[in-house]
Amino acid sequence: MEIATKKLLLEFMVTTQAKRKRKNIFANLVLSILAILAVSPLVAILGFLISKGIGALSWEFLTSLPAPYGESGGGMGHSIVGTFILVLFASLLGIPVGFGAGIFLAESSKESRFASIVRLCAEMLAGVPSIVVGLFAYFVAVLPFGGFSAFAGGFALSVIMIPVIARTSEEILRLVPVHVREAGLALGLPRWQVVMRIVLRGSRKGLFTAVLLAVARASGETAPLLFTALNSRLWSFSATQPISSLPVQIYTYATSPSEEWHQQAWGGALLLVLLVLGMSLFARFLFSGKKYGT
Amino acid sequence: MSSSLSEKIFRTILGAFGVFIVLLMFSVAIFLTVGAWPVIRHGLSDFVQTQTWNPVNGQFGALAVLFGTLVSSSIAIAIAAPLGVGAAIFLKELAPARVASVFSFLIEMLAAVPSVIFGLWGFFVLAPAIRDHVAPIFYPLGEYVPIFRGPSYGVGILTAGVVLALMILPTMAAIVREIFSAVPQHQREAALGLGSTRWEAVRVAVLAPSKPGILSAAVLATARALGETMAVTMVIGNRNAVSLSLFDPGQSMASLIANEYAEASDSRHIAALMAVGLLLLVISLVVNAVARIIAKRSAAKWK
Repeated sequence: MEIATKKLLLEFMVTTQAKRKRKNIFANLVLSILAILAVSPLVAILGFLISKGIGALSWEFLTSLPAPYGESGGGMGHSIVGTFILVLFASLLGIPVGFGAGIFLAESSKESRFASIVRLCAEMLAGVPSIVVGLFAYFVAVLPFGGFSAFAGGFALSVIMIPVIARTSEEILRLVPVHVREAGLALGLPRWQVVMRIVLRGSRKGLFTAVLLAVARASGETAPLLFTALNSRLWSFSATQPISSLPVQIYTYATSPSEEWHQQAWGGALLLVLLVLGMSLFARFLFSGKKYGT
Repeated sequence: MSSSLSEKIFRTILGAFGVFIVLLMFSVAIFLTVGAWPVIRHGLSDFVQTQTWNPVNGQFGALAVLFGTLVSSSIAIAIAAPLGVGAAIFLKELAPARVASVFSFLIEMLAAVPSVIFGLWGFFVLAPAIRDHVAPIFYPLGEYVPIFRGPSYGVGILTAGVVLALMILPTMAAIVREIFSAVPQHQREAALGLGSTRWEAVRVAVLAPSKPGILSAAVLATARALGETMAVTMVIGNRNAVSLSLFDPGQSMASLIANEYAEASDSRHIAALMAVGLLLLVISLVVNAVARIIAKRSAAKWK
C-alpha cells in the first residue's frame, strides 16, 4: 500500500491535471465497454434462441415423438418427460444427502476436523468435471447392471446435485442467528429438535432455493448423461431402460446433418433455457436478501 | 426415548451423511483409477507423451488432448480475465447502482445457461462468424506466424477457447466483485481525499491490494474451463492431433471422452478413456487446490 501511495503521489507531481483527467475519462470508457462486452453474449445467445427456436415450438413439438429421419414434424415430448424423470430420480438421492451433509456441516463447530474434511470433500466434489462424474456413474451404475438406464442417469445427476445442495444449505443454515437457537435450547428442547423444528423450519425458503438451484443445474447437464441414461427415441417411463433428455436430445440433433433436426435443436434449446433460467429467476426472487427469515 | 439417546441418534445420522460425502469423493477417484489401471500401470509418462490415439490399433496417447485442453483453456482465461475484471470494476466501482444491478443480473443469468446451449450457439453462430469474418483477417499473418496458419473450418481450438471464455466469464466477474467488496470503503476515500481521480483511486486503493484475489479467481475460472465438456465437444472440431494453428480443429480431454465413450467397446479403449478422465480429474483438483491456497493466503487481510 505504501509503495502504491508513493507511486500515486509521484504521478500527481509529474503529470498535469488535464492529462490525469483525460486518463480518467479514457479508463471509464474502456471499463464500460468491457462491461457491455461481458453482458452482450447473454443477449446474443438469448436473441438467437428466441429468433430460431420460437418457430419450432408448437403443441406437436411438446407432445409427440421425433419424426423419422427426413420427415418433417415430430417433437421432443419424450425428452421433456425424460428430463423430468431423470431429475426426479436425482432428487430422490441428491436432496436428502445434500441436506443431510449441509445440516451436518452447519451444526458442527468450525474447529471440527472431521467437518472440515467433509467440507473439503464437498468442495472437491463440486470441482469434479461433469464428464468425469459420467465416467464414475458408468462404472457404478451402468456396468454392474448390464446396461444404460434412467436410474444410472439419475444417479449421475445426483452426484452433481449433492455438493451444490450441501454447500448452499450450509451457508443458509449458518445465517440462522445464534439467539434463535439459544431460545429453543432455553425452552428445554433437545438440540435435534431445535434443528428440525426451529432452524430448518425458519430457513425453509432458503433451503427450497438451494434445491431449486441444484435442480436447475441438473436439468441442464448433458455430459453425465451421455453414457449413463444414453438417449431414446421412444416414450420411456422405466428406470431400467435408456431414456431421452432435453440436453442430450439437443446435442444429438445439433450434431446431426439434418436441417429439420437443427430446427428441433433450437426449439429444444429455447425450451431448456426457459426452464433453467425460469428456475434460477424464481430462486433469486424467493431468496434475494440472503437473510434469515426472509 | 431419553433426550441423550435421541441426541446421539441425531448426531450419528448427520455424521453418516458427512461420511457419505467423503466416501463419494474417494470412490470417484478410486473407481477411475481402477478403470484406468490397465493403461496406467506401466506408468503415466508414456501415456501423456504419445500423440497417437488410434483405438483400432490399440494405440493410446493423451498428448493431443492434453494440448487441446490446455490451449483452449488458456485462450479462455486470456479473454475472460480482462473482461471479467473490467466488468467487475465497472459494476462495483464506477457504474450507478441501477445500471450495476441490471448488469450483475445479466451476468448471473449467463452463469445459469446450460453448457449445451453455449455449444449450440457456438456451433451455429460463432463458428461460421469466425470462419467468415475473423479468420480471413489473419490469413496474411499466417505465412509468418504459425498460430494463425491455414484456413479455418469454423470449429477449432480458437472457437472452443472463445466459447469457454463466455462460460467462465460470470465466475470470474462474480468472484472479483466479491474481492472488491471486501476492500474497506475508507481505502477508496483515502485515495480520493489525496486528490486522485476515480480511476486512480480504483487502481491504487482497490486493484493493487486485490491482485492475489484476482489471481485466485483466474485460476478457479481456469479450472472450470479445463473440465467443461459439451460446449467444447460441439465446437472444437474433434481431431486428435497437436497443431500450432488456432484455427485448426483439435480435441480436449473432456470432448474425447464425450465423443468416444458410448462407442467404445473393447476394454483397452475404455481403460484409456478412463485414464484420460483420471488425468482430467487430477488436473482439475490440483488447479482448484492452487486457487484455494492463493485465496487463503490473500484473505483476511482487512481484519
